[in-house]
Amino acid sequence: METLNVSGLVKSYGGAPVLAGLSFELRRGECYGLLGPNGAGKTTTLRCTLGLTAPDAGAIRLAGLPVPARAREARMRVGIVPQMDNLDPDFTAAENLLVYGRYFGLPDAAVRARIPHLLDFAGLGGRGEARINTLSGGMKRRLTLARALVNDPDLLFLDEPTTGLDPQARHLIWERLKQLLLQGKTVLLTTHFMDEAERLCHRLAIMDRGRFIAEGSPRDMIAAHIEPEVVEVYGEPGETSAAATNAATWAREEAAQFAKRVEVTGETAFCYLAESRPLLRHLAGRQGLRYLHRPANLEDVFLKLTGRELRD
Amino acid sequence: MTDGMNPFRPPAPSLRFIPVWRRNFLVWRKLALPSILGNLADPMIYMLGLGYGLGTLLPEVGGVPYIAFLAAGAVCFSTMNSATFEALYSAFSRMQVQKTWEAILNAPVALDDLLLGELIWAASKAALSGAAILAVAAALGLIASPLALWTLPLIFLTGLVFAALGLVMTALAPSYDFFMYYFTLLITPMTLLSGVFFPAAQLPAAFQMIAAVLPLSHAVQLTRPLFLGQIPAQAGLHIAVLAAYALAAFWLALALARRRLLK
Repeated sequence: METLNVSGLVKSYGGAPVLAGLSFELRRGECYGLLGPNGAGKTTTLRCTLGLTAPDAGAIRLAGLPVPARAREARMRVGIVPQMDNLDPDFTAAENLLVYGRYFGLPDAAVRARIPHLLDFAGLGGRGEARINTLSGGMKRRLTLARALVNDPDLLFLDEPTTGLDPQARHLIWERLKQLLLQGKTVLLTTHFMDEAERLCHRLAIMDRGRFIAEGSPRDMIAAHIEPEVVEVYGEPGETSAAATNAATWAREEAAQFAKRVEVTGETAFCYLAESRPLLRHLAGRQGLRYLHRPANLEDVFLKLTGRELRD
Repeated sequence: MTDGMNPFRPPAPSLRFIPVWRRNFLVWRKLALPSILGNLADPMIYMLGLGYGLGTLLPEVGGVPYIAFLAAGAVCFSTMNSATFEALYSAFSRMQVQKTWEAILNAPVALDDLLLGELIWAASKAALSGAAILAVAAALGLIASPLALWTLPLIFLTGLVFAALGLVMTALAPSYDFFMYYFTLLITPMTLLSGVFFPAAQLPAAFQMIAAVLPLSHAVQLTRPLFLGQIPAQAGLHIAVLAAYALAAFWLALALARRRLLK
Protein backbone atom coordinates (compact mmCIF):
# COMPACT_ATOMS: atom_id res chain seq x y z
CA MET A 1 0.00 0.00 0.00
CA GLU A 2 1.39 3.36 -1.02
CA THR A 3 1.19 6.23 1.46
CA LEU A 4 2.08 9.75 0.38
CA ASN A 5 4.72 10.83 -2.06
CA VAL A 6 5.34 14.50 -2.82
CA SER A 7 7.92 15.84 -5.23
CA GLY A 8 8.83 19.33 -6.32
CA LEU A 9 5.76 21.00 -4.84
CA VAL A 10 5.53 24.68 -5.76
CA LYS A 11 2.72 27.07 -4.84
CA SER A 12 2.48 30.82 -4.71
CA TYR A 13 -0.32 33.22 -3.84
CA GLY A 14 -0.39 36.52 -5.69
CA GLY A 15 3.27 36.20 -6.66
CA ALA A 16 4.44 35.39 -3.12
CA PRO A 17 5.94 31.89 -2.95
CA VAL A 18 4.42 29.76 -0.19
CA LEU A 19 5.88 26.39 -1.18
CA ALA A 20 9.22 26.50 -2.97
CA GLY A 21 9.93 22.98 -4.20
CA LEU A 22 8.95 20.54 -1.46
CA SER A 23 9.70 16.81 -1.70
CA PHE A 24 9.06 14.13 0.89
CA GLU A 25 7.65 10.67 1.32
CA LEU A 26 5.92 8.88 4.19
CA ARG A 27 7.10 5.39 5.10
CA ARG A 28 4.39 2.94 5.92
CA GLY A 29 3.60 2.83 9.63
CA GLU A 30 5.63 5.86 10.62
CA CYS A 31 4.68 9.15 12.19
CA TYR A 32 6.10 11.99 10.11
CA GLY A 33 6.12 15.49 11.52
CA LEU A 34 5.97 18.83 9.72
CA LEU A 35 7.35 21.57 11.96
CA GLY A 36 7.72 25.22 11.19
CA PRO A 37 6.90 28.72 12.35
CA ASN A 38 3.55 30.30 11.42
CA GLY A 39 3.45 30.92 7.70
CA ALA A 40 6.07 28.27 6.90
CA GLY A 41 3.63 26.49 4.57
CA LYS A 42 2.52 23.52 6.69
CA THR A 43 -1.21 23.92 6.17
CA THR A 44 -0.78 24.69 2.45
CA THR A 45 1.25 21.49 2.14
CA LEU A 46 -1.57 19.50 3.77
CA ARG A 47 -4.20 21.13 1.52
CA CYS A 48 -2.17 20.29 -1.58
CA THR A 49 -1.69 16.66 -0.57
CA LEU A 50 -5.46 16.29 -0.06
CA GLY A 51 -6.29 17.85 -3.42
CA LEU A 52 -7.98 20.91 -1.88
CA THR A 53 -5.47 23.25 -3.48
CA ALA A 54 -3.86 22.73 -6.86
CA PRO A 55 -0.08 23.26 -6.76
CA ASP A 56 1.56 25.41 -9.45
CA ALA A 57 4.07 22.63 -10.08
CA GLY A 58 5.06 19.28 -8.65
CA ALA A 59 3.61 15.79 -8.35
CA ILE A 60 1.60 14.25 -5.51
CA ARG A 61 0.55 10.64 -5.07
CA LEU A 62 -1.80 9.88 -2.19
CA ALA A 63 -2.69 6.25 -1.41
CA GLY A 64 -1.31 5.36 -4.84
CA LEU A 65 -3.41 7.87 -6.78
CA PRO A 66 -2.42 11.11 -8.49
CA VAL A 67 -3.65 14.25 -6.71
CA PRO A 68 -5.51 16.52 -7.42
CA ALA A 69 -6.72 14.53 -10.48
CA ARG A 70 -8.14 11.65 -8.39
CA ALA A 71 -8.23 13.31 -4.98
CA ARG A 72 -11.84 12.36 -4.23
CA GLU A 73 -10.96 8.67 -4.55
CA ALA A 74 -7.64 9.00 -2.72
CA ARG A 75 -9.35 10.57 0.31
CA MET A 76 -11.29 7.31 0.82
CA ARG A 77 -8.16 5.94 2.53
CA VAL A 78 -7.36 9.04 4.61
CA GLY A 79 -8.62 10.36 7.94
CA ILE A 80 -8.22 14.05 8.72
CA VAL A 81 -8.11 15.97 12.00
CA PRO A 82 -8.24 19.65 11.01
CA GLN A 83 -6.65 22.52 12.88
CA MET A 84 -10.00 24.05 13.88
CA ASP A 85 -12.79 21.82 15.14
CA ASN A 86 -15.58 21.63 12.57
CA LEU A 87 -17.91 19.13 14.18
CA ASP A 88 -21.52 19.54 13.15
CA PRO A 89 -23.19 21.58 15.93
CA ASP A 90 -26.69 20.49 14.89
CA PHE A 91 -25.95 16.85 15.72
CA THR A 92 -25.11 14.68 18.70
CA ALA A 93 -21.70 13.00 18.98
CA ALA A 94 -23.04 9.74 17.50
CA GLU A 95 -24.87 11.54 14.68
CA ASN A 96 -21.65 13.33 13.79
CA LEU A 97 -19.99 9.96 13.23
CA LEU A 98 -22.96 8.51 11.35
CA VAL A 99 -23.31 11.47 8.98
CA TYR A 100 -19.56 11.62 8.38
CA GLY A 101 -19.52 7.91 7.51
CA ARG A 102 -22.12 8.59 4.80
CA TYR A 103 -19.71 10.95 3.06
CA PHE A 104 -17.51 7.87 2.54
CA GLY A 105 -20.42 5.93 1.11
CA LEU A 106 -20.53 3.67 4.18
CA PRO A 107 -23.89 2.04 4.91
CA ASP A 108 -25.59 3.31 8.08
CA ALA A 109 -25.64 -0.15 9.65
CA ALA A 110 -21.86 -0.53 9.26
CA VAL A 111 -21.17 2.87 10.83
CA ARG A 112 -23.73 2.35 13.64
CA ALA A 113 -21.94 -0.90 14.52
CA ARG A 114 -18.61 0.97 14.81
CA ILE A 115 -19.86 4.00 16.74
CA PRO A 116 -19.54 2.48 20.27
CA HIS A 117 -15.94 1.42 19.58
CA LEU A 118 -15.05 4.80 18.10
CA LEU A 119 -16.55 6.63 21.09
CA ASP A 120 -14.75 4.31 23.53
CA PHE A 121 -11.47 4.87 21.72
CA ALA A 122 -11.99 8.63 22.05
CA GLY A 123 -12.73 8.30 25.78
CA LEU A 124 -16.35 9.28 25.09
CA GLY A 125 -18.01 5.95 25.87
CA GLY A 126 -21.68 6.50 26.69
CA ARG A 127 -21.59 10.11 25.44
CA GLY A 128 -23.11 9.31 22.04
CA GLU A 129 -26.24 11.35 22.71
CA ALA A 130 -24.32 14.40 23.93
CA ARG A 131 -24.77 17.59 21.92
CA ILE A 132 -21.58 19.13 20.57
CA ASN A 133 -21.92 22.40 22.48
CA THR A 134 -21.96 20.48 25.78
CA LEU A 135 -18.51 18.93 25.12
CA SER A 136 -15.25 20.44 26.41
CA GLY A 137 -12.45 21.44 24.04
CA GLY A 138 -10.58 18.20 24.75
CA MET A 139 -13.70 16.10 24.17
CA LYS A 140 -14.36 17.84 20.85
CA ARG A 141 -10.80 17.15 19.73
CA ARG A 142 -11.17 13.48 20.68
CA LEU A 143 -14.49 13.25 18.86
CA THR A 144 -12.82 14.82 15.82
CA LEU A 145 -10.17 12.09 16.04
CA ALA A 146 -12.92 9.45 16.24
CA ARG A 147 -14.60 11.03 13.21
CA ALA A 148 -11.31 10.80 11.29
CA LEU A 149 -11.27 7.05 12.00
CA VAL A 150 -14.83 6.38 10.82
CA ASN A 151 -13.58 4.99 7.48
CA ASP A 152 -10.79 2.96 9.14
CA PRO A 153 -8.15 4.90 7.17
CA ASP A 154 -4.61 3.73 6.38
CA LEU A 155 -3.35 7.29 6.59
CA LEU A 156 -4.10 9.86 9.25
CA PHE A 157 -3.40 13.59 8.76
CA LEU A 158 -3.43 15.73 11.89
CA ASP A 159 -3.06 19.51 11.72
CA GLU A 160 -1.95 20.77 15.15
CA PRO A 161 -4.08 18.20 16.99
CA THR A 162 -3.29 19.34 20.54
CA THR A 163 -3.24 23.13 20.19
CA GLY A 164 -5.31 24.68 22.97
CA LEU A 165 -5.65 21.47 25.03
CA ASP A 166 -4.77 21.00 28.69
CA PRO A 167 -1.93 18.58 29.58
CA GLN A 168 -4.32 15.73 30.46
CA ALA A 169 -6.07 15.98 27.12
CA ARG A 170 -2.77 16.23 25.22
CA HIS A 171 -1.43 13.09 26.90
CA LEU A 172 -4.59 11.20 26.02
CA ILE A 173 -4.32 12.23 22.35
CA TRP A 174 -0.65 11.18 22.28
CA GLU A 175 -1.45 7.83 23.82
CA ARG A 176 -4.20 7.23 21.23
CA LEU A 177 -1.92 8.21 18.37
CA LYS A 178 0.66 5.72 19.60
CA GLN A 179 -2.01 3.02 19.62
CA LEU A 180 -2.95 3.90 16.04
CA LEU A 181 0.70 3.68 14.99
CA LEU A 182 0.90 0.26 16.63
CA GLN A 183 -2.11 -0.78 14.54
CA GLY A 184 -0.01 0.04 11.48
CA LYS A 185 -1.50 3.37 10.48
CA THR A 186 0.72 5.99 8.88
CA VAL A 187 0.51 9.45 10.44
CA LEU A 188 1.33 12.90 9.10
CA LEU A 189 1.40 15.48 11.89
CA THR A 190 1.92 19.22 11.97
CA THR A 191 2.66 20.79 15.31
CA HIS A 192 4.17 23.76 17.10
CA PHE A 193 5.04 21.65 20.13
CA MET A 194 8.55 20.27 19.99
CA ASP A 195 7.97 17.87 22.88
CA GLU A 196 5.01 16.46 20.96
CA ALA A 197 7.11 15.97 17.83
CA GLU A 198 10.00 14.47 19.81
CA ARG A 199 7.63 12.04 21.53
CA LEU A 200 5.60 10.89 18.52
CA CYS A 201 7.55 11.37 15.31
CA HIS A 202 9.83 8.76 13.82
CA ARG A 203 10.97 11.35 11.33
CA LEU A 204 10.26 14.99 10.89
CA ALA A 205 11.01 17.95 8.70
CA ILE A 206 11.57 21.52 9.81
CA MET A 207 10.04 23.93 7.28
CA ASP A 208 10.64 27.59 6.84
CA ARG A 209 9.53 29.92 4.04
CA GLY A 210 8.14 27.09 1.97
CA ARG A 211 11.13 24.76 2.01
CA PHE A 212 12.59 22.04 4.19
CA ILE A 213 15.64 23.18 6.07
CA ALA A 214 16.24 19.88 7.87
CA GLU A 215 14.80 16.38 7.82
CA GLY A 216 15.51 13.27 9.92
CA SER A 217 14.73 11.51 13.18
CA PRO A 218 14.49 13.80 16.25
CA ARG A 219 17.60 12.20 17.75
CA ASP A 220 19.64 12.55 14.56
CA MET A 221 18.53 16.14 14.10
CA ILE A 222 19.69 17.03 17.61
CA ALA A 223 22.99 15.26 17.04
CA ALA A 224 23.53 16.86 13.66
CA HIS A 225 22.51 20.45 14.29
CA ILE A 226 23.31 21.36 17.86
CA GLU A 227 25.74 20.99 20.76
CA PRO A 228 24.62 18.22 23.12
CA GLU A 229 24.25 20.31 26.30
CA VAL A 230 22.55 23.56 27.17
CA VAL A 231 22.98 25.82 30.18
CA GLU A 232 20.34 28.52 30.58
CA VAL A 233 21.54 31.42 32.72
CA TYR A 234 19.07 33.86 34.38
CA GLY A 235 19.34 36.76 36.76
CA GLU A 236 18.19 36.13 40.35
CA PRO A 237 14.52 36.98 40.83
CA GLY A 238 13.70 39.98 42.98
CA GLU A 239 16.16 42.39 41.40
CA THR A 240 14.68 42.31 37.92
CA SER A 241 16.21 45.25 36.12
CA ALA A 242 19.65 44.76 37.59
CA ALA A 243 19.37 41.01 37.04
CA ALA A 244 18.58 41.49 33.37
CA THR A 245 21.71 43.50 32.99
CA ASN A 246 23.55 40.85 34.94
CA ALA A 247 22.71 37.91 32.66
CA ALA A 248 23.20 39.96 29.51
CA THR A 249 26.40 41.54 30.74
CA TRP A 250 27.73 38.22 31.90
CA ALA A 251 26.90 36.72 28.50
CA ARG A 252 28.67 39.52 26.67
CA GLU A 253 31.76 39.67 28.85
CA GLU A 254 32.39 36.21 30.23
CA ALA A 255 30.35 33.50 28.49
CA ALA A 256 32.60 33.18 25.47
CA GLN A 257 35.39 31.46 27.41
CA PHE A 258 33.03 28.56 28.33
CA ALA A 259 30.58 28.17 25.44
CA LYS A 260 31.10 28.27 21.67
CA ARG A 261 27.63 29.62 21.06
CA VAL A 262 25.60 31.93 23.34
CA GLU A 263 22.20 33.44 22.58
CA VAL A 264 20.53 36.09 24.70
CA THR A 265 16.76 36.61 24.70
CA GLY A 266 15.27 38.96 27.23
CA GLU A 267 16.71 38.04 30.63
CA THR A 268 18.05 34.64 29.67
CA ALA A 269 21.38 33.60 28.15
CA PHE A 270 21.36 30.21 26.40
CA CYS A 271 24.82 28.60 26.31
CA TYR A 272 25.26 25.69 23.91
CA LEU A 273 28.24 23.50 24.63
CA ALA A 274 29.81 20.06 24.36
CA GLU A 275 31.48 20.13 27.77
CA SER A 276 29.61 21.91 30.52
CA ARG A 277 31.67 21.27 33.67
CA PRO A 278 33.94 24.36 33.50
CA LEU A 279 30.89 26.63 33.04
CA LEU A 280 28.97 24.97 35.87
CA ARG A 281 31.97 25.38 38.24
CA HIS A 282 32.18 29.05 37.25
CA LEU A 283 28.45 29.65 37.78
CA ALA A 284 28.41 27.89 41.15
CA GLY A 285 30.64 30.63 42.48
CA ARG A 286 28.67 33.59 41.03
CA GLN A 287 26.29 35.75 43.01
CA GLY A 288 23.10 37.01 41.31
CA LEU A 289 22.92 34.35 38.59
CA ARG A 290 20.82 31.18 38.48
CA TYR A 291 21.11 28.48 35.87
CA LEU A 292 19.47 25.36 34.44
CA HIS A 293 21.57 22.59 32.96
CA ARG A 294 19.82 20.23 30.50
CA PRO A 295 20.42 18.12 27.40
CA ALA A 296 19.75 19.84 24.08
CA ASN A 297 16.32 19.17 22.61
CA LEU A 298 14.39 19.63 19.41
CA GLU A 299 13.28 23.12 20.39
CA ASP A 300 16.93 24.21 20.48
CA VAL A 301 17.38 22.82 16.97
CA PHE A 302 14.21 24.52 15.79
CA LEU A 303 15.20 27.91 17.20
CA LYS A 304 18.72 27.60 15.82
CA LEU A 305 17.44 26.81 12.32
CA THR A 306 14.50 29.21 12.14
CA GLY A 307 15.77 32.03 14.37
CA ARG A 308 14.22 33.64 17.43
CA GLU A 309 12.35 36.51 15.77
CA LEU A 310 8.56 36.45 15.98
CA ARG A 311 6.66 35.23 12.90
CA ASP A 312 3.13 36.36 12.32
CA MET B 1 -1.80 26.19 -13.12
CA THR B 2 -2.96 23.20 -15.13
CA ASP B 3 -5.90 23.45 -17.45
CA GLY B 4 -7.94 21.04 -15.36
CA MET B 5 -7.91 23.52 -12.49
CA ASN B 6 -9.69 26.31 -14.37
CA PRO B 7 -12.54 27.29 -12.00
CA PHE B 8 -14.95 27.53 -14.94
CA ARG B 9 -14.38 23.91 -15.96
CA PRO B 10 -17.73 22.09 -16.32
CA PRO B 11 -19.35 20.78 -13.14
CA ALA B 12 -18.47 17.11 -12.61
CA PRO B 13 -20.61 15.98 -9.68
CA SER B 14 -21.04 12.40 -8.49
CA LEU B 15 -23.69 10.63 -6.43
CA ARG B 16 -21.83 11.82 -3.33
CA PHE B 17 -24.21 14.80 -3.42
CA ILE B 18 -26.76 12.52 -1.76
CA PRO B 19 -25.11 12.35 1.71
CA VAL B 20 -24.85 16.16 1.64
CA TRP B 21 -28.59 16.40 0.94
CA ARG B 22 -29.26 13.84 3.68
CA ARG B 23 -27.16 15.80 6.17
CA ASN B 24 -29.32 18.89 5.65
CA PHE B 25 -32.48 16.81 5.70
CA LEU B 26 -31.52 15.29 9.06
CA VAL B 27 -30.99 18.76 10.56
CA TRP B 28 -34.29 19.94 9.09
CA ARG B 29 -36.12 16.90 10.45
CA LYS B 30 -34.97 17.76 13.96
CA LEU B 31 -36.36 21.28 13.59
CA ALA B 32 -39.17 20.47 11.16
CA LEU B 33 -42.18 21.96 12.92
CA PRO B 34 -40.86 25.47 13.62
CA SER B 35 -39.22 25.45 10.20
CA ILE B 36 -42.44 24.61 8.35
CA LEU B 37 -44.43 27.14 10.35
CA GLY B 38 -41.81 29.80 9.69
CA ASN B 39 -41.80 29.03 5.99
CA LEU B 40 -45.55 29.14 5.72
CA ALA B 41 -46.45 32.09 7.90
CA ASP B 42 -45.08 34.81 5.65
CA PRO B 43 -46.64 33.77 2.31
CA MET B 44 -49.92 32.87 4.05
CA ILE B 45 -50.16 36.33 5.55
CA TYR B 46 -49.56 37.84 2.13
CA MET B 47 -52.04 35.58 0.41
CA LEU B 48 -54.84 35.80 2.94
CA GLY B 49 -54.24 39.39 4.04
CA LEU B 50 -53.88 40.87 0.56
CA GLY B 51 -56.25 38.37 -1.02
CA TYR B 52 -59.20 38.99 1.27
CA GLY B 53 -58.30 42.51 2.38
CA LEU B 54 -57.41 44.04 -0.95
CA GLY B 55 -59.67 41.60 -2.77
CA THR B 56 -62.84 43.14 -1.35
CA LEU B 57 -61.83 46.50 -2.83
CA LEU B 58 -61.10 45.13 -6.26
CA PRO B 59 -63.32 43.94 -9.05
CA GLU B 60 -62.25 40.65 -10.57
CA VAL B 61 -58.67 40.45 -11.84
CA GLY B 62 -58.31 38.69 -15.16
CA GLY B 63 -61.80 37.28 -14.80
CA VAL B 64 -61.32 35.66 -11.36
CA PRO B 65 -61.59 36.91 -7.76
CA TYR B 66 -58.37 38.63 -6.64
CA ILE B 67 -57.46 35.93 -4.12
CA ALA B 68 -57.66 33.23 -6.78
CA PHE B 69 -55.42 35.39 -8.97
CA LEU B 70 -53.00 35.88 -6.08
CA ALA B 71 -52.80 32.19 -5.08
CA ALA B 72 -50.52 31.21 -8.00
CA GLY B 73 -48.31 34.25 -7.34
CA ALA B 74 -48.08 33.33 -3.66
CA VAL B 75 -46.93 29.81 -4.50
CA CYS B 76 -44.11 31.15 -6.73
CA PHE B 77 -43.22 33.87 -4.22
CA SER B 78 -43.05 31.39 -1.36
CA THR B 79 -40.93 28.99 -3.41
CA MET B 80 -38.53 31.76 -4.37
CA ASN B 81 -38.18 33.02 -0.81
CA SER B 82 -37.67 29.61 0.72
CA ALA B 83 -34.97 28.63 -1.82
CA THR B 84 -33.30 32.01 -1.48
CA PHE B 85 -33.13 31.98 2.32
CA GLU B 86 -31.77 28.44 2.38
CA ALA B 87 -29.12 29.10 -0.28
CA LEU B 88 -28.08 32.40 1.29
CA TYR B 89 -28.23 32.34 5.07
CA SER B 90 -28.23 28.62 5.81
CA ALA B 91 -25.61 27.72 3.21
CA PHE B 92 -23.42 30.66 4.26
CA SER B 93 -23.56 29.44 7.88
CA ARG B 94 -22.45 26.00 6.79
CA MET B 95 -19.68 27.40 4.59
CA GLN B 96 -18.30 30.23 6.70
CA VAL B 97 -19.49 30.03 10.29
CA GLN B 98 -19.82 26.35 11.19
CA LYS B 99 -17.15 25.19 8.70
CA THR B 100 -19.41 22.27 7.81
CA TRP B 101 -18.29 22.47 4.18
CA GLU B 102 -14.65 22.28 5.23
CA ALA B 103 -15.33 19.06 7.13
CA ILE B 104 -17.25 17.57 4.20
CA LEU B 105 -14.51 18.46 1.71
CA ASN B 106 -12.00 16.51 3.82
CA ALA B 107 -14.06 13.38 3.10
CA PRO B 108 -14.28 11.89 -0.41
CA VAL B 109 -16.80 14.52 -1.48
CA ALA B 110 -15.80 17.05 -4.15
CA LEU B 111 -16.94 20.67 -4.06
CA ASP B 112 -19.06 19.84 -7.13
CA ASP B 113 -20.93 17.18 -5.13
CA LEU B 114 -21.26 19.44 -2.12
CA LEU B 115 -22.73 22.33 -4.09
CA LEU B 116 -25.11 20.08 -6.00
CA GLY B 117 -26.28 18.63 -2.68
CA GLU B 118 -26.90 22.16 -1.36
CA LEU B 119 -28.71 23.13 -4.58
CA ILE B 120 -31.06 20.18 -4.57
CA TRP B 121 -31.63 20.51 -0.84
CA ALA B 122 -32.64 24.17 -1.09
CA ALA B 123 -34.90 23.35 -4.04
CA SER B 124 -36.48 20.47 -2.10
CA LYS B 125 -37.18 22.68 0.86
CA ALA B 126 -38.60 25.36 -1.44
CA ALA B 127 -40.79 22.81 -3.20
CA LEU B 128 -42.22 21.85 0.16
CA SER B 129 -43.07 25.49 0.92
CA GLY B 130 -44.68 25.99 -2.47
CA ALA B 131 -46.61 22.74 -2.19
CA ALA B 132 -47.92 23.73 1.24
CA ILE B 133 -49.31 26.98 -0.15
CA LEU B 134 -50.79 25.01 -3.02
CA ALA B 135 -52.52 22.72 -0.52
CA VAL B 136 -53.91 25.67 1.42
CA ALA B 137 -55.14 27.30 -1.80
CA ALA B 138 -56.82 24.03 -2.79
CA ALA B 139 -58.44 23.75 0.64
CA LEU B 140 -59.83 27.27 0.24
CA GLY B 141 -61.31 26.29 -3.10
CA LEU B 142 -59.08 28.68 -5.06
CA ILE B 143 -57.97 26.09 -7.58
CA ALA B 144 -60.04 25.39 -10.63
CA SER B 145 -58.80 22.01 -11.83
CA PRO B 146 -56.42 19.10 -11.18
CA LEU B 147 -54.19 20.67 -13.81
CA ALA B 148 -52.74 22.58 -10.86
CA LEU B 149 -50.89 19.41 -9.85
CA TRP B 150 -48.55 20.14 -12.77
CA THR B 151 -47.25 23.04 -10.73
CA LEU B 152 -45.47 20.58 -8.39
CA PRO B 153 -42.57 19.85 -10.79
CA LEU B 154 -42.57 23.53 -11.79
CA ILE B 155 -42.21 24.54 -8.16
CA PHE B 156 -39.16 22.28 -7.87
CA LEU B 157 -37.66 23.81 -11.03
CA THR B 158 -38.35 27.30 -9.66
CA GLY B 159 -36.63 26.22 -6.43
CA LEU B 160 -33.57 25.11 -8.41
CA VAL B 161 -33.39 28.50 -10.15
CA PHE B 162 -33.49 30.54 -6.96
CA ALA B 163 -31.27 28.12 -5.04
CA ALA B 164 -28.64 28.41 -7.78
CA LEU B 165 -28.88 32.22 -7.87
CA GLY B 166 -28.63 32.28 -4.07
CA LEU B 167 -25.52 30.08 -4.13
CA VAL B 168 -23.89 32.58 -6.50
CA MET B 169 -24.42 35.27 -3.86
CA THR B 170 -23.20 32.98 -1.08
CA ALA B 171 -20.01 32.21 -2.98
CA LEU B 172 -19.38 35.95 -3.27
CA ALA B 173 -20.53 37.09 0.17
CA PRO B 174 -17.99 38.43 2.68
CA SER B 175 -20.67 38.38 5.43
CA TYR B 176 -24.41 38.07 6.02
CA ASP B 177 -24.87 41.84 5.44
CA PHE B 178 -24.08 41.35 1.77
CA PHE B 179 -27.36 39.50 1.25
CA MET B 180 -29.36 42.66 1.95
CA TYR B 181 -28.23 44.06 -1.41
CA TYR B 182 -29.48 40.95 -3.14
CA PHE B 183 -32.91 41.35 -1.57
CA THR B 184 -33.29 45.08 -2.11
CA LEU B 185 -31.74 45.23 -5.58
CA LEU B 186 -32.99 41.95 -7.05
CA ILE B 187 -35.54 39.90 -5.15
CA THR B 188 -37.92 42.70 -4.11
CA PRO B 189 -38.05 44.48 -7.51
CA MET B 190 -38.40 41.10 -9.21
CA THR B 191 -41.38 40.26 -7.00
CA LEU B 192 -43.08 43.50 -7.97
CA LEU B 193 -42.34 43.18 -11.69
CA SER B 194 -43.16 39.53 -12.20
CA GLY B 195 -46.94 39.52 -11.85
CA VAL B 196 -47.09 38.03 -8.37
CA PHE B 197 -49.46 40.63 -6.87
CA PHE B 198 -50.90 42.23 -10.00
CA PRO B 199 -50.84 41.45 -13.73
CA ALA B 200 -47.54 42.48 -15.29
CA ALA B 201 -49.57 43.97 -18.15
CA GLN B 202 -50.38 46.88 -15.80
CA LEU B 203 -46.73 47.97 -15.93
CA PRO B 204 -45.28 50.59 -18.29
CA ALA B 205 -43.79 49.03 -21.44
CA ALA B 206 -40.15 49.48 -20.32
CA PHE B 207 -40.79 47.56 -17.10
CA GLN B 208 -42.61 44.87 -19.02
CA MET B 209 -39.48 44.34 -21.11
CA ILE B 210 -37.40 43.92 -17.98
CA ALA B 211 -40.02 41.64 -16.47
CA ALA B 212 -39.89 39.40 -19.55
CA VAL B 213 -36.36 38.25 -18.71
CA LEU B 214 -36.88 37.73 -14.97
CA PRO B 215 -37.10 34.08 -13.91
CA LEU B 216 -39.92 34.69 -11.44
CA SER B 217 -42.21 36.01 -14.19
CA HIS B 218 -41.66 32.82 -16.21
CA ALA B 219 -42.59 30.77 -13.15
CA VAL B 220 -45.72 32.87 -12.62
CA GLN B 221 -46.74 32.61 -16.28
CA LEU B 222 -46.61 28.83 -15.99
CA THR B 223 -48.31 28.51 -12.61
CA ARG B 224 -51.21 30.95 -12.94
CA PRO B 225 -52.94 29.34 -15.97
CA LEU B 226 -52.58 25.91 -14.37
CA PHE B 227 -54.34 27.20 -11.23
CA LEU B 228 -57.14 28.55 -13.40
CA GLY B 229 -57.49 25.28 -15.31
CA GLN B 230 -55.74 26.39 -18.51
CA ILE B 231 -52.72 25.08 -20.39
CA PRO B 232 -50.01 27.78 -20.21
CA ALA B 233 -49.13 29.49 -23.48
CA GLN B 234 -45.51 28.96 -24.58
CA ALA B 235 -44.95 26.47 -21.76
CA GLY B 236 -41.86 25.04 -23.47
CA LEU B 237 -40.23 28.45 -23.70
CA HIS B 238 -40.88 29.27 -20.02
CA ILE B 239 -39.54 25.91 -18.89
CA ALA B 240 -36.46 26.30 -21.09
CA VAL B 241 -35.76 29.77 -19.67
CA LEU B 242 -36.06 28.48 -16.09
CA ALA B 243 -33.82 25.49 -16.82
CA ALA B 244 -31.24 27.74 -18.46
CA TYR B 245 -31.25 30.06 -15.44
CA ALA B 246 -30.77 27.12 -13.07
CA LEU B 247 -27.94 25.61 -15.10
CA ALA B 248 -26.05 28.84 -15.77
CA ALA B 249 -26.37 30.07 -12.19
CA PHE B 250 -25.24 26.73 -10.77
CA TRP B 251 -22.21 26.70 -13.04
CA LEU B 252 -21.32 30.24 -12.03
CA ALA B 253 -21.86 29.49 -8.33
CA LEU B 254 -19.57 26.46 -8.59
CA ALA B 255 -16.85 28.46 -10.39
CA LEU B 256 -17.00 31.18 -7.73
CA ALA B 257 -17.00 28.64 -4.92
CA ARG B 258 -13.99 26.87 -6.43
CA ARG B 259 -12.16 30.18 -6.63
CA ARG B 260 -13.05 30.95 -3.02
CA LEU B 261 -12.55 27.58 -1.33
CA LEU B 262 -10.02 25.63 -3.41
CA LYS B 263 -7.33 28.28 -3.66
